[in-house]
Amino acid sequence: MKKVFSRPKSIKKNPFHYCPGCGHSIIHRVIGEVIDELGIQEITIGVPPAGCAVLAYFYFDVDMGEASHGRAAAVATGLKRALPDRIVFTYQGDGDIAAIGTAETIHAASRGENFTTIFVNNGVYGMTGGQMAPTTILGQNTTTSPGGRKERRDGFPIPLSEMLAVAKGSAYIERTAVNSPSNILKTKRAIEKAFRAQMRGLGFSLVEILSPCPTNWKMSPVEACHWIDEVMVKHFPLGVIKDITGEKKDVN
Amino acid sequence: MRGNHVIAEAAIRAGCRFYFGYPITPQNEIPEYMSERLSKIEGGVFIQAESEIASIHMVIGASMAGGRVMTSSSGPGISLKQEGISFLSALELPAVIVNMSRGGPGLGNIAPSQSDYFQATRGGGHGDYRTIVLAPNSCQEAGDLTYKSFDLADKYRIPVLILGDGMLGQMMEPVELPPEIPVKRLPPKEWTITGAKGRPSRFIRSLILDPFEEEEHNWKLMRKYEKISKEELLWETFSIEDAKMIVVAFGTAARIAKGAIKRVREEGLKVGLFRPISLWPFPTKILKEISRKVKHLFVFEMNMGQMVEDVKLAVDGGAEIHFYGRPGGIIPTPLEISRIISSYYYQKKLG
Repeated sequence: MKKVFSRPKSIKKNPFHYCPGCGHSIIHRVIGEVIDELGIQEITIGVPPAGCAVLAYFYFDVDMGEASHGRAAAVATGLKRALPDRIVFTYQGDGDIAAIGTAETIHAASRGENFTTIFVNNGVYGMTGGQMAPTTILGQNTTTSPGGRKERRDGFPIPLSEMLAVAKGSAYIERTAVNSPSNILKTKRAIEKAFRAQMRGLGFSLVEILSPCPTNWKMSPVEACHWIDEVMVKHFPLGVIKDITGEKKDVN
Repeated sequence: MRGNHVIAEAAIRAGCRFYFGYPITPQNEIPEYMSERLSKIEGGVFIQAESEIASIHMVIGASMAGGRVMTSSSGPGISLKQEGISFLSALELPAVIVNMSRGGPGLGNIAPSQSDYFQATRGGGHGDYRTIVLAPNSCQEAGDLTYKSFDLADKYRIPVLILGDGMLGQMMEPVELPPEIPVKRLPPKEWTITGAKGRPSRFIRSLILDPFEEEEHNWKLMRKYEKISKEELLWETFSIEDAKMIVVAFGTAARIAKGAIKRVREEGLKVGLFRPISLWPFPTKILKEISRKVKHLFVFEMNMGQMVEDVKLAVDGGAEIHFYGRPGGIIPTPLEISRIISSYYYQKKLG
């Protein structure tokens, strides 16, 4: 019988600990598929964050080096500068990358550090129980923005990907979602493009992925997927934000 | 050569190819020297990071990759690096961290001070951990200890701190530099994160959710610290054979104390010097032995009294301890210290 679907080689046979309906498992799988298809499992190094994906090293079958909260871009900088011929990616949540790790991320992008960041945006601090994140949208209820995020009290959400697109050192930035089969395929293509930009030595690449968190959004998985389409994308529009991969020559 | 330059050159000669830092006085000559030197070496990496926090985490990344790596700073910057130092300890990663300390707390000033003794030897970061702390008192020793610290860091997979001050960093002395180690001849590391080519993938992490596993990890670190406490002690003694009173001081303070002791010796006072060079591990046992014979220890520090606690722990009530300190970046003269020493000496009816 012909095998048409199986676990990617770059994903270990450990059951995911993620909640039902969470986007992390899908994103892990898609990254694993891209690593397999590009044939880079043996040269890829991942940097997991502090947050829901802190245990990512149990799932990815590539070398992984843990970073503390927000410092993945700095750890990845050290790794990639020491091993410039390896493929380095960070895997970070919204709190990790857009609050505590803002400085590290913006400067890595500005230096044009040649690694890829997977930025999972679900608008809450998931692991700590659903507190307000830097990407929590106005009006969204969290445990620390009761009654909904208010601009006067809580400030505005941060459009990190748009900010990083301004940086001269970034090569490829796209925002996608994993709330439907077609969006998952687009996410996979975006991750592949980002990895390819790195393989060509073009500089910093990032894929921001809008990802459902039914547990902390207090929704069913189906409602959470609809909420991304109906509410979240209005604040974080999907699509390519920056792409200079066509203009730039390979640096390797 | 200037102390800061000696440290940078000794690091290069020890095989350091990665340096990440952030400007702060009085250690700026280290990143300046490293940026120049590393740009001329194949595979050399220098980054002036956006913060001390970023630089210590770049150190973590390069150390995971197996490189010999260094960062340097001064008090306020070392405070920011503490997060990374805690992680280096938990992840068991080798690294060398230089603190050319200054007057504090807060911004304080840029004058020489020893106010970071607690921070260095107790660890300013969270969790149960220890770092090796070496305190040179001359440019020659700064070079020798920096060179040695890379071997210690690799041997034990531990961060090593070099604790100096603005005086050591800025002063110029003739030095004999150690020979250059070819990086290719350094022993291979079996635990690095380099891509799983021809071997199973591996990971380095500090999150250990199971308390029993975390406890085991803590005990494993403890066993390593116990081994270091036995095998890596460094100290110097001066004129202690006939001494009735011994001055205990480290780094710059020990240098001043030595000058003071030479003065009082000329007046016939029997005073010696004990200088801990490894501040952690602290040379507890040898000091305890000394306190069996000499009943008066005079601790002199350029702070409000920090190492004096380790001296008290070491002698455990076996000798009378007197403390004299000058905080805030004051550099007392040997004359001032000799007067204080002799006044205490006569007060205790030793002469």
